[in-house]
Amino acid sequence: MPLIRLEQAGVTVPDTGRVILAPTSLTLTEHRVAVIGGNGSGKSTFARLLNGLVLPTTGRVLVDDLDVARHGAAVRRKVAFSFTDPSAQLVMPTCVEDVELSLRRTVRDRATRRAQAVDVLERFGLAGREDQSVHTLSGGQRQLLALAGVLATDPEVLVADEPTTLLDLRNTRSVGELLLGLPQQLVLVTHDLDLAVRCDRGIVVADGAVAFDGPAAAAVDSYVASVAR
Amino acid sequence: MSSPLGVYRPGTSVLHRLPVGAKLLGLVVACTAVVVTHGPPAALVALGCAVVLALVARIPLATTARSLRLLLVIALVGGAFQWWSSGASRALETLLDVVTLGLLGLCLTVTTASGDLIDAFVRWLEPFRRFGVDPDRVALTISLTISSLPETHALALETRDAARARGLRSARAYLTPFVIRVVARAHETGAALQARGIGD
Repeated sequence: MPLIRLEQAGVTVPDTGRVILAPTSLTLTEHRVAVIGGNGSGKSTFARLLNGLVLPTTGRVLVDDLDVARHGAAVRRKVAFSFTDPSAQLVMPTCVEDVELSLRRTVRDRATRRAQAVDVLERFGLAGREDQSVHTLSGGQRQLLALAGVLATDPEVLVADEPTTLLDLRNTRSVGELLLGLPQQLVLVTHDLDLAVRCDRGIVVADGAVAFDGPAAAAVDSYVASVAR
Repeated sequence: MSSPLGVYRPGTSVLHRLPVGAKLLGLVVACTAVVVTHGPPAALVALGCAVVLALVARIPLATTARSLRLLLVIALVGGAFQWWSSGASRALETLLDVVTLGLLGLCLTVTTASGDLIDAFVRWLEPFRRFGVDPDRVALTISLTISSLPETHALALETRDAARARGLRSARAYLTPFVIRVVARAHETGAALQARGIGD
C-alpha cells in the first residue's frame, strides 16, 4: 500500500484569496478512510489533492515520496479516482470499449485487451453486457462500470468522491459492499454515514479545514453532533 | 435515448466482417460518387444502393428512423432553399443525396465497433508519429466527439424540460443554462480523463 502524505497542503483561490482548504498535514495509512462533511466544506478538494486533479497552492502532497505536482501522471497510475456522476467519466459508447480504453496503455494487443476487459466486467457484476450501450445502463450499473473502468488497471489506491449519492438503496448497498471489499486502499468521500462508520478512520471536513480525525465511529458522532448544534 | 449517430450493433453480416479500412474507403468513394453525379435519377439510384446496403447490414428500421430524423429536417430545409434558388430538380437531388450520405454513414457506424475504428486510425497515423502526431490522442479525440453528441442531446432535453417546468419560454432561459452545462460537462469529462491517466 502506498503512503499518502499531506504536508501543510492547502488550496486558496489565487485572485480572491478565499481559502478552500486550509493548510493540512496528515498521513493516510489505514486501509479504508472515510471523509465526511457538509456540502461545500472542502471534502471534494481534499479528495482531488490526493491524485493531483487539484494542486495545492501551499505545501505539498506526496504519494510514496512522489510529489503530486511534479509527477502527476505517475501518481495517477497509483491513485485512481471515481466521480459522483458516472456519466461524466464514461466516454466510450459500449461497456467493454470503456474498460478497454483504460487498458489501452498497458495492453497493446487488441484481442488480449478485450479478453481482459470482459473479465473485469464480469468481476464487477456486468457479465453479458459487453456490447450494451452505456446510455442504456441503469444508474447503479453505470456507477459499477465507472468503477470497473478506473480499477481495471489495478491501481493501489481508489479515491471515490460520493460514489453512492445518486444511487437507490439497493445500489448504494451493492456499490458500498464492493468498495469496502476492495483489496486497494480506499479513500471514501461520502454522505452515507452507515458506510462511513464501517471504515477504519474518519476525517470530518468543515469550513475548509479538518475538524476531526480519528476512528470512523467517533468521526461520524462528531459530525452528527456538529449538525445538531 | 435518441442520438444522431447509430450505435454499434454486433452482427455477422458481410458488412460486419469486412475490414475497417475497406469499409471506410468504400464510404469515401461512395460519398464522392454521390456528390459528383448530378440529376434526380442518379441520386435515386444511389439512394437505392444505400438502402440495399442498410438491408444487408440488417439495420433495424427504428434505428434508421431515429438516427436520420435530425438529418431529414436539415435535408428538408436545405431542399426548400434549393427549390427557391435553383428549382425543383436540384432540390430533389439535394434531399436524396443527404439521405443517401446519412444512410451510408449509418451503415459504417452500425457495423463497426468504435474500438475497431479507432484502432484503424491509430494504425494509419503511425507513420506520421515522426512529424509530431500522437495517434492515440487523435483517436481519443474522435471517440470523444462521437460520444459527446448523445450526451449533449440529453443535456439539451433536460434543460428544455427544466425551463418548461418553470414556465419559462424565452430562448435565453433555455440557452444560457444549456451552454453552461455543456461547458461544465466538458470540464468534468476532462477531469475524468486526467484521473484515468488517459492522454498522459
